[in-house]
Amino acid sequence: MPSDYLWLIPLVPFAGFLINGTIGRRLPRALISVVALICTAIPAAIVAWLWITMKAAGAPEAIQVVSQPWIQITGLTINFAFTVDHLTLIMLGVVTGVGFLIHVYSVGYMAHEEGYWRFFAYLNLFMFFMLVLVLSESFLLMFVGWEGVGLASYLLIGFYFKKDSAANAGKKAFIVNRIGDFGFLLAMFLIVREFGSLDFTHVFNAISVNPQWHGGILTAIALLLVLGAAGKSAQIPLYVWLPDAMEGPTPVSALIHAATMVTAGIYMVARCHTLFDRSPYALGVVAIIGATTAIFAACIGIVQHDIKRVLAYSTVSQLGYMFLACGVGAYGAGIFHLLTHAFFKALLFLSAGSVIHALSGEQDMRKMGGLRKRIPVTFWTMTMGVFAIAGIPPLAGFFSKDEILYQTFVSGNKFLWLVGLVTAGMTSFYMFRLWFKTFFGPEHFEEHSDLHDHGAVVHTHSGTHAVMVADPEEDHATHAHGVHESPAIMTIPLAILALFSIVGGWVGVPAALGGHDEIGHFLDPVFAGGTASEAAAATSSHGLELGLAAVSVLVALIGFYIAYIFYYKKPGAAAALASRMPALYRLVEDKFYVDEVYGFFVMVVMMFSRFVLGGLIDGGIVNGTGAAAGATTQGLSSLVRRVQSGNIRSYAGWLAFGAAAVLIVMIFGRSIWLH
Amino acid sequence: MSVQVPVAAYLILAAVLFSIGVAAFLIKRNLITVFMSIELMLNAVNLTFVAFAHRWHQVSGQIFVFFVMVVAAAEAAVGLAIIIAIFRTRETLNVDSVDLMKS
Amino acid sequence: MQLALFILFGVLAVAGALNLLLQRHPINSALSLVVVMMSLAVLYWSLGAEFLAAAQVIVYSGAIMVFFVFVIMLLNAGEEERTHGSRASYIVGFPGAAAIFCLLSFVFLSERHALGTVNVGGYLNHITSNISEVSALLFTKLLLPFEVTSVLILVAILGAVVLARKEQ
Repeated sequence: MPSDYLWLIPLVPFAGFLINGTIGRRLPRALISVVALICTAIPAAIVAWLWITMKAAGAPEAIQVVSQPWIQITGLTINFAFTVDHLTLIMLGVVTGVGFLIHVYSVGYMAHEEGYWRFFAYLNLFMFFMLVLVLSESFLLMFVGWEGVGLASYLLIGFYFKKDSAANAGKKAFIVNRIGDFGFLLAMFLIVREFGSLDFTHVFNAISVNPQWHGGILTAIALLLVLGAAGKSAQIPLYVWLPDAMEGPTPVSALIHAATMVTAGIYMVARCHTLFDRSPYALGVVAIIGATTAIFAACIGIVQHDIKRVLAYSTVSQLGYMFLACGVGAYGAGIFHLLTHAFFKALLFLSAGSVIHALSGEQDMRKMGGLRKRIPVTFWTMTMGVFAIAGIPPLAGFFSKDEILYQTFVSGNKFLWLVGLVTAGMTSFYMFRLWFKTFFGPEHFEEHSDLHDHGAVVHTHSGTHAVMVADPEEDHATHAHGVHESPAIMTIPLAILALFSIVGGWVGVPAALGGHDEIGHFLDPVFAGGTASEAAAATSSHGLELGLAAVSVLVALIGFYIAYIFYYKKPGAAAALASRMPALYRLVEDKFYVDEVYGFFVMVVMMFSRFVLGGLIDGGIVNGTGAAAGATTQGLSSLVRRVQSGNIRSYAGWLAFGAAAVLIVMIFGRSIWLH
Repeated sequence: MSVQVPVAAYLILAAVLFSIGVAAFLIKRNLITVFMSIELMLNAVNLTFVAFAHRWHQVSGQIFVFFVMVVAAAEAAVGLAIIIAIFRTRETLNVDSVDLMKS
Repeated sequence: MQLALFILFGVLAVAGALNLLLQRHPINSALSLVVVMMSLAVLYWSLGAEFLAAAQVIVYSGAIMVFFVFVIMLLNAGEEERTHGSRASYIVGFPGAAAIFCLLSFVFLSERHALGTVNVGGYLNHITSNISEVSALLFTKLLLPFEVTSVLILVAILGAVVLARKEQ
């Protein structure tokens, strides 16, 4: 029974972390890779087994495994409990499947890096925490996973810890996440107060049996959860860490900041859909945040020059789509997009990594171009990814994005639909811009063959400059000079992901287009009773859906065409347009100065902390109290010290005085006492 | 046959001796004299005890005096030994010069 | 006769004490103290404590005071010198002692009626003497303290020997 092995799913990667983390430094690279890959393959196998078991007819819709009690105090009991329902299955599939592919890719990508053992140890640690997050049955255990993936993210973003920018990016990610976690924690406190338990089943049952319960405290809890999700899933206002997180190695960006960790927020919202459905206000907030983030990030992504930054802002934008879906109650559509996004975004990041690897560390698109013929495998796989994200049918992105837009439209939020549509066009535009600038046109890169010293490691694949790091032990005999295609160990995962990007959407083909929407039905047991299903059922019209789909495709093609004009036909057109509105261009290029604004607020807080808290309270009051106590004691003691004059006669005098005092007390006190 | 002496008179006498002892203790500058004033005080107390023993027809007061005497003897021995030791190092018996314990 | 004894030896004791206070040379103070102790011995006898009177003469004036005199002569203690702080001690000492005296006499005088009067020779049973009364108590109920005091004296001897010998 697979439920007996549920606990292995997170623990095997944890074992991998322990092995690679403790003795990995002394192990040969092959062994480290084997350990890491096995510890990722085993959970993938178990998940596959789970899939088979639970898709079979008659299988339970959810299985639960409960272990010993974890916290037991009066009024609150929390167990280590795992639950697997259809939603969990999809998440598990994404995490373990895509995770495994990325592990394989990393073996090739990080082959020349220092700290190889550290990388895989952290990666396994991340898998452990992510799986705990997905499998957990209670808010608290999910929070453990939540915090843990934040930790792993910090460790991996700052993997090149000798670089200041990487270390700072790691800190930024962790701190911004903390703000979100604060919201999550407050939500948990409210939940405990309101429901007396942190178990999902308990809380959601309590809500379900009270159909008239709306708003109020539920809105408060939901909004706090949204704060947490916004932090983890990089939505406004807490998205600022994700672009900086590109300082980490590219596989990290692919796994954590595209496919899995950032989707934790969406997963959490979907998991708590019972709660959110009761608070239209919170849902509205979610939808607005999602749509705003989507278009905002897309704007910034249009003018970025670093290939990874473009993909980062694209991720933020796509996460905004998922938020939007959840916000209009179409949780299934959001999860569907999460699934397809995992495929094509991971593919895009890994291909970008392959491009960067080919160019020996160059990430600036202005220094690329014409790579189509030099690295064909990478080119074709990345092309699949670009087409998928742009929403060109019949690739995956089209079906999921279209589902979201359709659900948004029928839920009555026509304006949000419009925002989503415009964003889709922008997405198509900037992705094709990336495509054209990287693979087409004249070559702007330098052949680094002379700098490609076989005695030194060159790839750090982060930031905008290649950093030379010495690694004498590595055999570079097979390493080609200049622009070279990536080795098979990197291209095979790319191919697999490309395949999924093509066919991945076919599980969600809606009835209007002739499909059966398997994924929607698959997720029905989880989301049944959600707002969207009611809305969709009310206004389901195949014609409308077909029409909206056609509009989306048209917008995507428009985006493609504009990119074609700007970056292929007339290469100077973009620069000319930019120079005609320099202020606007500068504003967008500098990311709307959001980081600077935040920095200002942080500085205000820091100044307050330094002067008021540090100076006044800590230095003045706390230190002052201590110093005052000391001074008082010193003063008093210098008075009392005169008794100890060393003079025998003064001692005698004091003795006599003391004796006399005792006498007086005894004689006269007695009589007073007796009275 | 004659005027009876009140017990209180003995007690007053003892009080006189005691206060003179206290005065001598505080005033005199020679270490040995200070010591002797302690003995004087002890004797005054002994007189008090004996007077009370007489008053209440109990012998335990006298036992007390007995033990006081023993202790006074031991104390005198040790105390004077210390004074001799001090004199050896300091060459003076002045009370005010023994002030090493000044803080 | 009680009264005569009391007045004579009481005055003698006080005179000796005052002499101790007022003399400048310690040997004079020591000899005055001997006088005080002898008078006290007589007073004890008059209060019916014969054993104690004898002990006072033998132990106190015969041993302890002799010891004092020996030490004074050994150390060749001279007359007292004036030092700083002697003024202060006069200011503290006399009033302090006077205060203590007033306190004590106040107590004693306020209770003088309860205290009664003295009978020469005491009330002790004439069948047994004072000394047998004392020893009856001392060697039965108070045997342990008695033995402990002998240990105390032993310790005092050791202490005195160690403290007073010359450093080798």
